[in-house]
Amino acid sequence: MHQLETLYRQIIMDHYKNPRNKGLLDDDRYIKNHIKNPSCGDDITIQTLIKSGEVKDIRHEGSGCSICCSSASVLSSLLKGKTVDEAQQVTKSYLNMIMKQPFDESIDLEDALAYQGVTKFPARVKCASIAWKAFEATLKKASEKTDE
Amino acid sequence: MQNRKKDFPILNKQSLVYLDTAASSLTPNAVIDKLNEYYNEYPVNVHRGVYKLSYRATEAYQDARQTIADFISASFEEVIFTRGASSALNLVALSYGEKVLKSGDEVIVSELEHHSHVLPWQQLAKRKGAKLIYVPLSKAGRITVDAFKQVLTDRTKIVALTYVSNVMGYETPIKEITRLAHQKNAIVSVDAAQAAPHRAIDVNDLDCDFLAFSAHKMFGPTGVGVLYGKKRLLDIMDPLEFGGDMNDNVDKFDGDWKDTPYKFETGTPPIAEAIGFAEAVRYIKKIGFKAIIAHENTLRQKAVDALSNIKGVTIYNPTAETGIINFNLDDVHPHDVVSFFDEDHIALRAGHHCAQLLIKWLNVPATLRASFYVYNDEADIDTFIDSVKRARTFFSDIGF
Repeated sequence: MHQLETLYRQIIMDHYKNPRNKGLLDDDRYIKNHIKNPSCGDDITIQTLIKSGEVKDIRHEGSGCSICCSSASVLSSLLKGKTVDEAQQVTKSYLNMIMKQPFDESIDLEDALAYQGVTKFPARVKCASIAWKAFEATLKKASEKTDE
Repeated sequence: MQNRKKDFPILNKQSLVYLDTAASSLTPNAVIDKLNEYYNEYPVNVHRGVYKLSYRATEAYQDARQTIADFISASFEEVIFTRGASSALNLVALSYGEKVLKSGDEVIVSELEHHSHVLPWQQLAKRKGAKLIYVPLSKAGRITVDAFKQVLTDRTKIVALTYVSNVMGYETPIKEITRLAHQKNAIVSVDAAQAAPHRAIDVNDLDCDFLAFSAHKMFGPTGVGVLYGKKRLLDIMDPLEFGGDMNDNVDKFDGDWKDTPYKFETGTPPIAEAIGFAEAVRYIKKIGFKAIIAHENTLRQKAVDALSNIKGVTIYNPTAETGIINFNLDDVHPHDVVSFFDEDHIALRAGHHCAQLLIKWLNVPATLRASFYVYNDEADIDTFIDSVKRARTFFSDIGF
């Protein structure tokens, strides 16, 4: 049996076909981050509203493969409503998981756990990480803003 | 075509259907042995040493240049070794283009170009206030003589076009285009990276002014390529890099340079790679282009026929004359598909193939590209087609 079947799980396909929080808003309060994978054309923008230390909203838009697009949707539904600290921990944990690094298993990755299968496809790790990297950069921007 | 798989160690080590020659070809034993011979028997520098080993290395390096000159019917001093086709094409823009291009001049390029043949001219044109003009592609995506005539003007200074598109596999009518360009006193730069491995090239017959290709797409090592240039043009060009070996006399406040090709080859050149490159050319000559073309045509036609019969597969270049198939599974991103092929030990390319302008012209996010060479056989095509069919079913079944 193809290992691919273990990767393309129900959760991933669901978020790919029915993406949550898709489409950007014309709202200056949101922080925007755009990441592109020039080799394959994956192109994702993550737009985040952070207020009083809480991730109030996450929007996403872009084009790419199913792994890339679905992961943006999973990210948005998973991290919406979390505190910035929690979101940071989940992001770190997720990125470590897909890059086969030790990660804190006590942190509940919920639907994002489905992407653990990507470790068997090293060429696809990038696809699964783009949206999360964009979000990571967002958190960095946000913390710099608060520092000012 | 006899079975060539035995010539390629990687194909005897693992189960592999290699369909990514357009990115890089596999390396035959003959070339690997030649590289080993250099490193085992005369692994020293060229031009400088006055001892036997260095003499041998210098001779082998010069022989390599002559072999490649003969391969394209050029003369010895018209063949410059570069890091690859990309740096060769950059050399044309940054040295020749820099010298001659003026504000208001026009440079003709196309949306079929690899990034390495459009960006150098785009950036130079921007700097110089020159105009970049795109040949309108035909419906199929080809560069035609008629379309070229529409954009050729008295202001055209440079024509920079691909000989064979690295995505569509179409052959550009370079000879006729060159003839027309010369009537307007424009010079023609040809990206032959996808042509040289698959077509006999005679630069005198084409009459093009510059032509570039890479070793690694034609059985050779990575890290070396060639710029052919007409001697009278190379003579007026300035070197881009200065340093050892390219100079005649060095004074405190000035220096002068050797003649072409040496003035463009500063530093220790890719010696082993150039020698390996020449061996790759000998390997090609031994098989012969007639056999190569016939073989690739057979494989391509077989694959195109079979793909055309699979529902939900789109081929963008069904009429290409070289062994490249550019296609997609409808509604499935190529990156998803390519992982499926990978699981079946089939290597092919997904993405924009360093030709974003063409991908935009096709109006798709990316494509799949299968490309064939002498080590592929009909069994490879069967494996490939079987995988496409199962991939189509798999992705349809899980909801794509």
